[in-house]
Formats: sequence, C-alpha cells, structure tokens
Amino acid sequence: MSDIPDTTPKAGTPEPGPASAPGLGRRRALMLAPLGLAVAGGAGFYAMLRGMGTGTYDPRGVPSALVGRAAPPFALPPLEAAGLPAFANTDLAALPGPVLVNFWASWCVPCIIEHPQLMQLSREGVKVLGINYKDKPADAATFLTRHGNPFARLGRDEPGRVAIDWGVYGVPETYLLDRGGIIRWRWAGPVTPEVLEQDIRPLLKRHA
Amino acid sequence: MIAELGHFALALAMALALAQSVLPLWGAARGDARLMASGAPLALGMLLACLAAFGALLYVFAVNDTSVAGVVQNSHSAKPMLYKLAGSWGNHEGSMVLWVLILALCGGAVAAFGRRLPSALQARVLGVLGLVAVGFLAFILATSNPFNRVWPPPADGNGLNPVLQDPGLAFHPPLLYLGYVGFAVTFAFAVAALLEGRVDAAWGRWVRPWALAAWAFLTLGIALGSWWAYYELGWGGYWFWDPVENASLLPWLAGTALLHSAIVVEKREALKVWTVLLALLAFALSLLGTFLVRSGVLNSVHAFANDPERGVFILVLLAIYIGGAFALFAWRAPSMAPTGVFAPLSREGGLVLNNLLLCSMAAVVLTGTLWPMFADLLFQQKISVGPPFFNTAILPLAVPLVLAMAAGPLLPWKRAKLWPVLQRLWWAALLAGAALALCFFLAGARIGPALGFGAAAWLIAGAAADIIDRIALFRRPSAALSRARGLPRAAWGAAMAHAGLGVSIAGMAGMGLATDKLVALAPGGSTTLAGYEWRLDQVGDVVGPNWTARRATVTVRRDGATVTIMHPERRFFALARMTTTEAAIHTTWLSDLYLVLGEEEGGRAVLRIHHNPMAPWIWLGAAFMALGGGISLSDRRVRVSAPGAKRATGAAGAPA
Repeated sequence: MSDIPDTTPKAGTPEPGPASAPGLGRRRALMLAPLGLAVAGGAGFYAMLRGMGTGTYDPRGVPSALVGRAAPPFALPPLEAAGLPAFANTDLAALPGPVLVNFWASWCVPCIIEHPQLMQLSREGVKVLGINYKDKPADAATFLTRHGNPFARLGRDEPGRVAIDWGVYGVPETYLLDRGGIIRWRWAGPVTPEVLEQDIRPLLKRHA
Repeated sequence: MIAELGHFALALAMALALAQSVLPLWGAARGDARLMASGAPLALGMLLACLAAFGALLYVFAVNDTSVAGVVQNSHSAKPMLYKLAGSWGNHEGSMVLWVLILALCGGAVAAFGRRLPSALQARVLGVLGLVAVGFLAFILATSNPFNRVWPPPADGNGLNPVLQDPGLAFHPPLLYLGYVGFAVTFAFAVAALLEGRVDAAWGRWVRPWALAAWAFLTLGIALGSWWAYYELGWGGYWFWDPVENASLLPWLAGTALLHSAIVVEKREALKVWTVLLALLAFALSLLGTFLVRSGVLNSVHAFANDPERGVFILVLLAIYIGGAFALFAWRAPSMAPTGVFAPLSREGGLVLNNLLLCSMAAVVLTGTLWPMFADLLFQQKISVGPPFFNTAILPLAVPLVLAMAAGPLLPWKRAKLWPVLQRLWWAALLAGAALALCFFLAGARIGPALGFGAAAWLIAGAAADIIDRIALFRRPSAALSRARGLPRAAWGAAMAHAGLGVSIAGMAGMGLATDKLVALAPGGSTTLAGYEWRLDQVGDVVGPNWTARRATVTVRRDGATVTIMHPERRFFALARMTTTEAAIHTTWLSDLYLVLGEEEGGRAVLRIHHNPMAPWIWLGAAFMALGGGISLSDRRVRVSAPGAKRATGAAGAPA
C-alpha cells in the first residue's frame, strides 16, 4: 500500500454531549483509517484493472520499449559447467532464422513449468538463447542437468545488469528476435503450452 | 440436463440468498420476530440449493460430459476418478461454486447450531452471510457459469495440468476455502455487533469458536499447499513467498491475532473495538486474496486466467463488503467505550503484544506483496520483492513473538510479575540453550538453524511448563492426574498449538541443514550422501492411466543393511505434452531421504539426492496446531455455556 491516505479530519468535530469531545474526535479519525486505506487500495486496483483493459498496465510487463529495436549491447561470461558457448549481443546479428532469448534462473518455479516447452522448441530446431539471471553457476548447471538443456548459447548475468538493460520484470521472461536481430515480441511469465501454440508458433512462422 | 439443473440450482440459491440478506436484517431493525426467524430456514434452503449445484457439477465431471465447457477445458476421460472430481474445483468457475457452497455451509451451521444466540444477533449474522452469498452468486451467474455448454461437443476434454493431478492438491483448495470462508462468519458477527452497537463478553465467546475453526482449516490448507510444493515440484523447498502463498498467509496472520484478542474480549471485556476490526480484517484479507488470484493483476504461477472484467466485478464486491464494513466501523466504533483496565505486564498485555507483532508481520507481508504492483502503477517501476526481503523483515518480528509465546500463557490476568513466570520457565530456557549449543556442536556455526532449534525447544518446553504449572505436577503430584482431567480443553488446545509451532520451527531449522548431491549413475553404480549408500539398480518403463514414465529403482543402505528401496519417476503426460518429476521420499520422521530422477544420457541416469533433516516436522507441527484448535473447539465451555445464560454457539457446527 503505497499511499497511506491523509484522512485525518480536524480533531474535535463538534459532538454534542460527552465531555471528552477532543478525545472522541481523535478516536473518530483513527477509526476512519481502515476505510481510508481500503479506499486508496481499491482505487489503485481499479486503476490497474482499467490499465489492463487499455494496455497501460500489464502485470506481465508492458510491451517492451525495446520492441522494434535491436538488443542492447552486452557480453556475458559462459556457464563453464554446461559446456555452452558464451553469449553477447553480437551473436544476435545475421541470424539464420528467428530466435528466442530466455531469461531464467534455477531458483524460479515458473521456469520449471516453461522448461518442457523450451526443450520442445530446441528439439524442433528453434534457436533458444539463454541468459541465466542472478544465479549461482553450480545451481544453474544442476538445473540444466536435471531438466535438460534447450540453449544454444548461455550467458551468466549474475549481477542482473543485462536484465536491467533489457527491462526484465522478473524471470522467466522471453523475447523473440527476427533474423535481423530486431526484438519483435516479449513475454513476461512462463512459456506455457498455450503461449507456445498461440503466440510463439505464429510469430516464428511470420518472421521465418 | 443435469448441467441445466445445476445452473437452475445456482439461480435458486441466488433468490434464497437475496431473501436471506433482506428479511432477517429488516426484521432485526424493526424488532419483528417473524421476519428475524425467517433467516434460519432461508439459510438452510440456500445450503440445499448450493449442495444441488455442487452435486451437479461433480456429476458432469464424473461422467466426463464434454458438452460442458468446464469439463472440456479441465478434464479428460482417461483421468483417475479422484482427479476428475478434483478437477471440478481445480478451475476458476468450479472453485467459485465450492466457495459459495462452503459459505452456505457456514450459514447453515449458524442457522442450525446458533438457535440459542439472541435472535436479533442470529438474524443479523445470517443476513450479512446472505449478503456476501448474493454477491458471489451474482458473480458466478454473470461472469463465471460453470455449466456453460459447448456445441458441438468435442470427443474428449483437454486434461488437467499434470502438476495439479495430485491427492494433496485435490484437497488443498477445499481446506483453504473452509479457512477463508470461515472468516466470513466472524466478519458477519463483527458487522452484526456494529449494527447493534454492542460488543460484550458473550460476543467474544460466540466469535471465538468460528475464528478457531476457520484458523484450524486455514492452517491445514496452507500446510497442505506447502507440502505439495515440497514433494511435487521436486526442489526440496517448501515456501517461496509467492504472492499467492502470501495471499493465504495474510488472513492466517490476522486470524491468529483475532483468535487471541477474542480471548481478551471474552474474559476481560477489553480490546473490543480492536477485535471487531481484526474480524473485519481477516475476511477483508481473504477477499483480497480472492481478488489478487482471480483478477489477473498479479504475475504468479498460481493465478487463474487473466480477466480484467471479472476483476472489476470482484473489486465492486470488495468495495461493497470491505468498504461498507469499514465505513460502518468508522461510524459506529468510536461510540463503543473502551473498558477493561490492565497493566502492560499481564495476560492481556501479552496478548496485545501478540496482536501487535502478528499485525506487523501481516503489514510486512502485505507491503511486500502489493508493493511491486503499486510501484508499477504509480512510478512505472518494475521491481520484484523476493525471499530476502521477507526473511529479513519477518525475523526481527518472529524472535520476540516466539520469546513471548512461551511466557504469555503463564501470565495472570490484569497484573503480573515477571519473576515468578521466569522461575517457571528456567528449565525451558535451559533446554533452548542446550538445543542451540547442540546444533552448533553437531552442525557447525550455522546461526539460523541453531536459533531455530533453540526457539523450537523453548516453545515446546514452554507449552509443557504451562501444563505442568496448571496441574501442579511438582507441587502436589498426588492430585496432578485429577487436575489434568479437570483442566479445560482450551488450555490443552493452546499448549498443543504453541508446541505445534515449535515443532514446525524445528522442521524449518532442520531444512536449513539440508544437504544434496547430483550424480550420474549407470545401473549398478552407487554413491554416498549423509551416511547412506545409494545404489541405482535399474531404470525401466511404466505406464499409468494417463501417463507413461521412466522409473528408477534405487536401493539405499546404511552400515550394510538395506534401509529402503526407492522409485523416483519422470512422468510424461502425452495429452498436455508435459513432463513431471515424481520425487521418491522415504521418511524416518527425523529426516527425509528425497530422490529425484533427472535426464538419462548414454546409459547413465542423473539422480538428485537430498537429505532433509527434520523436514516432516514442518507439516507435522502444522497438523498439531490445527489439532490444538480442534481440541480447543471441543471445550465444553465453548459448547455449553455463555456468561449469564446457557447458550450454545456454532462451535459444534464447524463444517467438517
């Protein structure tokens, strides 16, 4: 609750009768506080819902400001234990086809849920490039051994700097880049089977 | 046909709820006994209609009626019957029907077992419950009809998310809703008290069993959810501070505070306004959770499908119920004079401290949960608040709470001295110190777990000290047994619940010492962890009702003797094209051996082996807490008497 409302009406609202009128006034103001908080919270939620309708508020991240632009420059160290090549923005120029860039972490539960979909895409030959966000190398390697490795390249963003440049809201988050390396689509949240079928496959076809 | 009957039953329930919300309240305002008496039969009728609707919903899922949209989206003929039935409440529409059914059960219980409540109070409570039911039935009928048909019907359904096909998760929502919706009754009592402008000891006595029952169910529901996360997600973790988990923790914290402050109202007629506010808050936070999960305003794995339109509808309901109740509170509460004087150091003082700490925790969790959303809205900042924030902010509040928890029940009412209490607790403090030292000795310098074990010993020994003191075990041993028999069940229940929290904390501390190891083994190969030898015997194929799996056989030996043979699986659900891991868990109650099968490559299978000391204690402790609540509920003072007159409460009517 960001704004604790300033709902302190002037103390001592005339109250016929009791001798303790100022005390009662303060009591009254205090008893209004829950209502004030609830109203402020409700107004905030209403603004969120309105925003979701008009597209100005999106809990899964606003359509990225980066859509239609090239990826911000970065060069990340590799995850040695996984034996994958390192990942830098220069790898995103002159691609054979559209690629996905996936921000993930071993500590993130939705990442497990989306992982089978990433594995499937990678089996089908779609290039999935990974950025491992705020994670320990050993944990990340464990995750990949256990759930399988869909990534063609993998950069470690342990401080989370690159994620800030990309405007990542939280992990998992997935971007689709066309063959020219231009960001075309962003998805904050797990790539569920529905997202795969309804969003990613059409986009892959369109940008193929 | 059955689906239409279900739909009709919902409409009928709506009509009855409408009558239930108008007639008794009107009668109570005019002092008309006949109108007031209409509340109970209307509530029972509404319960029957809701039962019929829910029965119809179970039926269409059981027979896999693919002309019903909900079945197509969430079920499949090849699913085991348990999950077909659980699937009926595993989705947004069905879960709302369950929600309303439980609300109707609560109303029915107030109607059936609350006959000895003052008739105006009973009428007002039933009226408010009817009002809540009207809103949610309107929501179901207008936006979320579970009986919508599809034409032409597809050959079969799409199946339920495999991660959700699990016995633990089948019963997680009903328990959770019993908790959430149970707080609707305390809410109704609070609103009725505000309408009457009167809160007295009897009110405290009537409210407390409802708060207890709701709290016990919520405790079980949260524990079951956490247990599911532990064994199904296959991580070894048990709590992730996910916004939806937090949404269930918030009413639990407020409810725990309510439970304790209602005692003060009952015994001492103090903290009345505060207790009314807590009763409103507990339900407000339950509704907030419902809103957060179903409106799509937050980004979480648990959230139901995004739908801003439903969100607006729920928000309007929240505005009516929460806004209305708080407005009523602001209007009526100031005139309720504070009564009951007590010294800061007294039983009342201890309970106030309890309330302050629990409410601070709730404020921390609420802030951490909502802040990212409001920061996004107000400052267009995308931030995430994670476990580091919650752990750091909760710990300084948890430490004094635990310290005070053992001492509180030993304090006398009105005015207390600290010294006699400390005298009775010295051996608990000694045990706590010993547990802390033992942990340092055995596990090395691990401050978190050591503190946890110390806290656990303190709470369990403190609860024992409370009972020992009450039955005068050492002062007059000969009479101790008869005193133990005569001790109110509420005292046993409180000690049980406090010790239960100690048990849970021991489990969490043990999990802080967990070790794990990742190995790739060929059949016949073996490894060691935590003093056990783990040998992979073979990996084979198995076929289930709606999945196929790879299953490993692992023999665990210790000192040459076989401890257990474990079978972790990787299940592949063809319909959902999803793989789930089924961890194999062998528990010795002092620790869990936890085994997950990973990918296979070149004839070797990857195994992740966990040794989780004390892990089962986390949920065992929660079960103790809920059991403590149950024992308290069976107290004959709660069942039979009320101050002044012989009156029963709805305690026995806690929906089971």
